[in-house]
Amino acid sequence: MSDSAINPPLNPGSSSEAAPGASIIACLECDLLQREVALPPGGKACCPRCGADLYRDTPNSIDRTLAFTLAAVVLFVLANTFPIVGLDIKGHHNATTLIGAVHTLYQQDKFLVASLVFVTAILAPAIQLAALTYMMLPLRRGRVPRGLALVFRLMQAVRPWGMVEVLMLGVLVSLVKLAAIAQVIPGVALWSVALLMFMVAAASAAFNPRDVWARLPVTP
Amino acid sequence: MTASAAGLLACEACGLVSRAQPHDAHQVCARCGSHVHLRKPHSIERTWALLIAAAVMYIPANVLPVMVTGSFLGTEEDTILSGVVYLWVSGSWPLALVVFIASITVPMLKLIAIALLLITTQLRLRWRPRDRTKLYRMVEFVGRWSMLDIFVVAILAGLVQIQSLATIRAGLGAVAFGSVVVLTMIAAMTFDPRLIWDAMERDDG
Repeated sequence: MSDSAINPPLNPGSSSEAAPGASIIACLECDLLQREVALPPGGKACCPRCGADLYRDTPNSIDRTLAFTLAAVVLFVLANTFPIVGLDIKGHHNATTLIGAVHTLYQQDKFLVASLVFVTAILAPAIQLAALTYMMLPLRRGRVPRGLALVFRLMQAVRPWGMVEVLMLGVLVSLVKLAAIAQVIPGVALWSVALLMFMVAAASAAFNPRDVWARLPVTP
Repeated sequence: MTASAAGLLACEACGLVSRAQPHDAHQVCARCGSHVHLRKPHSIERTWALLIAAAVMYIPANVLPVMVTGSFLGTEEDTILSGVVYLWVSGSWPLALVVFIASITVPMLKLIAIALLLITTQLRLRWRPRDRTKLYRMVEFVGRWSMLDIFVVAILAGLVQIQSLATIRAGLGAVAFGSVVVLTMIAAMTFDPRLIWDAMERDDG
């Protein structure tokens, strides 16, 4: 998995050595020009100057991304329909779903915090999963979905704001805080979020942007 | 040799390298259609603005209560720090440590790190560019974990709404803290690490 290749840097005047068909790329973190090299299965290429990850080889990427994404979609639905945690204090019972927590914050006039939780815990992961499904289903059959570039860019823009793994840790901290004063009952959504966290990570690891860009024409 | 020295530029979305058109202010990538730039536009200015805004919000984020608990015993206000102390005292010190790192160490180090990157880049220092790029990557990677406390407040507020016993409300500190997280995340996105390396091209290009 961690087989890595170091790209040869491109020097002025050395363009005659360029292998036919090898494309030229630039490091997005330090701007160094370099020639693409072939990678061993599962390998990745790093920038020789700044060490940034340039591109990866992910065997079977479309199939695996689609499988993890579809599993994540099911878990996402479960995570958002069932209560995350329930609470028993002196005969009083209360439970909350994710959207219920957002709604409570909204009622408390904390519109900003409510929106932030809604976007990072619900909206951004939803867009990410929808975009992956939309791209991978047709690509698997060799067809290029309409608006592929736009959907990919949307997913890229949204990705930093999807925080399922942070949410999971937040739920755990809340459980510990509450366990001191009340009986807490982990809900179905809690287990779903835990599994969702792994599925989203697996889908991102399996996904290779180069599979998408290879299908798009360059129109000058 | 860098792309900009060769008159080329790389698309930040899809990586396609194309020839820079200096007279086209709205050059678009030939493959994915996003706007392309030699460097992120007004990177230093925008990052400074966001960083200063985040530093200002950092004060109410730590002073104002993030969570207000009302019960028949009266009301209790918790700041970020007192929340960590509570976890520590109630016996789960590993969790207290995690929250301390995510909510107190990370935001502070992030503010310092972004300021350091901005100042060294503006001075065009040639000091340890590889390490500074690594620092930039860390800031980008670690920023999201500060959202931890916001999620904790959200879940506690959603759950503890038992009128006769106790209710938990989000405090103004949560609003300030949330904006620190968002502002520093956007600041990390607007900073262009290639500017660190541009100083290296000064006299050996």
